[in-house]
Amino acid sequence: MGGLPPKPSMETHNTIQQVATDGYGKLLAIVASKTWDLALAEDALGEAFHAALRQWPIEGLPRAPEAWLLSVARRRLMDEHRRHQTRQNSETSLEIETELAAIAVVDELADLPVIPDERLKLLFVCAHPAIDPGVRTPLMLQVVLGLDAARIASAFLVAPSAMGQRLVRAKTKIRAARIPFRIPEKAEWPERIEFILEAIYAAYGTGWEDVTGMSGSGLSSEAISLARVLVCLVPDEPEALGLLALLLHCEARQSARRDLAGNYVPLAQQDTALWNRPLMEEAEALLHRASTSRQHGRFQLEAAIQSAHAHRAVTGKTNWPVIVTLYRELLLHAPSIGGHVAYAAALHQSGNSQAALDELSTIPQETVTSYQPYWAVTAHALLGLKRLNESRAAFQHAAGLTQDEATRRFLLQQCPPEAKSL
Amino acid sequence: MRYAILFYETQADFDARSGPDAEAKMGAWMSYIGSIQKAGIMAAGSGLQPPSTAATVRLVGGKRKVQDGPFADTKESLAGFVLVDVPELDTALEWASRAPCAGTGCVEVRPTIPSTN
Repeated sequence: MGGLPPKPSMETHNTIQQVATDGYGKLLAIVASKTWDLALAEDALGEAFHAALRQWPIEGLPRAPEAWLLSVARRRLMDEHRRHQTRQNSETSLEIETELAAIAVVDELADLPVIPDERLKLLFVCAHPAIDPGVRTPLMLQVVLGLDAARIASAFLVAPSAMGQRLVRAKTKIRAARIPFRIPEKAEWPERIEFILEAIYAAYGTGWEDVTGMSGSGLSSEAISLARVLVCLVPDEPEALGLLALLLHCEARQSARRDLAGNYVPLAQQDTALWNRPLMEEAEALLHRASTSRQHGRFQLEAAIQSAHAHRAVTGKTNWPVIVTLYRELLLHAPSIGGHVAYAAALHQSGNSQAALDELSTIPQETVTSYQPYWAVTAHALLGLKRLNESRAAFQHAAGLTQDEATRRFLLQQCPPEAKSL
Repeated sequence: MRYAILFYETQADFDARSGPDAEAKMGAWMSYIGSIQKAGIMAAGSGLQPPSTAATVRLVGGKRKVQDGPFADTKESLAGFVLVDVPELDTALEWASRAPCAGTGCVEVRPTIPSTN
């Protein structure tokens, strides 16, 4: 007999795929919260999935696939734990043994077990203030969605080996410092949830798409998945609703950002017929739900700005004064360089190029030397004021800072030609 | 830290230097190099003529052997380079990703050996 593994049936294959996609974070959250050790939990769960790939095609699908995976992962952890027991002090040992045994509950239930959803704890660990802000998003993508380090590294423009090291360091810190797998107290809640929201937002990439033309980090659907997980875990948190609404509004315009020839189309000129209606409607409903809480916040405001843009699909024109007002409000809540630049862009679009330039000049120059959106907006505002030479230089600098080829082409086409000497 | 950013282009990219899109192509490169200079990080750099203009020298058994063309015929060839002074690899990668050939060819980033003096 050859050593070929059995070829899984379509049904088996699909089930494994589905459990891996929907259940990975859920299962990891349970295992990790008992052991405080993300790396160990990942290994155990990884082995459980391997076992599933080997055994399910032969033995058939278990009645409760997630519980099956969980009990395999638990056995693996028990073995690992016993192997190292001698090196640990007995108190910790007993504690961990008890915790591991608690996972076994699902193993013994006669009926279909209900797997608790502990992913919120996982999110709070990933976005813990003791974790470097730069690694919070990658950590979330890896432990909640199961993305591999290489994929995350590419999206964040980091060498895969470096990203791998950062993730390992973060997990070591969680274990060594005993960062707790728990839901924060009420007093800490607003700040702690903000860290989660920011980390998810960072996965989407730039929110200033109307200014930069950048199409995000390439992880937009993963960011939306994370936001959906969060909304499902905290359905009454207005800022979580706001974040998901924001991402869905941006996502709805995905296919309108390029024309048929692949050229970049700025938001205000996009064909609204190409916008994805179901996504826009979902976003509007979420934003409405958030507004009933009467607690304003940064992400609701950003979603409201995108909602105002979306309204052009109904009215046929963009209400720039409303957008200008919303940006001013946003800057009061969450001042940022990106926010100031986007505010200036809205001022320019509403016909006030001088006010746009004045706004841009309030930003410290050393922070924007290589910040593409700043130069793109400066170029457009200068062009609006017929300051052609300065505008040309700004367009060229903006193009030089652009990664996306279509956007670069767009900027160089907008660039006013050099005056011919007589 | 000093990094070499090496730009690799396809034959189509090299051909476009003299085609109808030559001006747009030059404009994109001028903007890009201009931005590196404006950021104050450029130590050196140059574009290179097409690989067909290259000659390769080897000593084989003590004898000089000169060949026409680049050292290896690959789908993508070295088209230019810059040396930049930036604090860390991530910054160099960010600049590399902005290169006009990043979408068609590829861009390699290598740390240089620090000089001893």
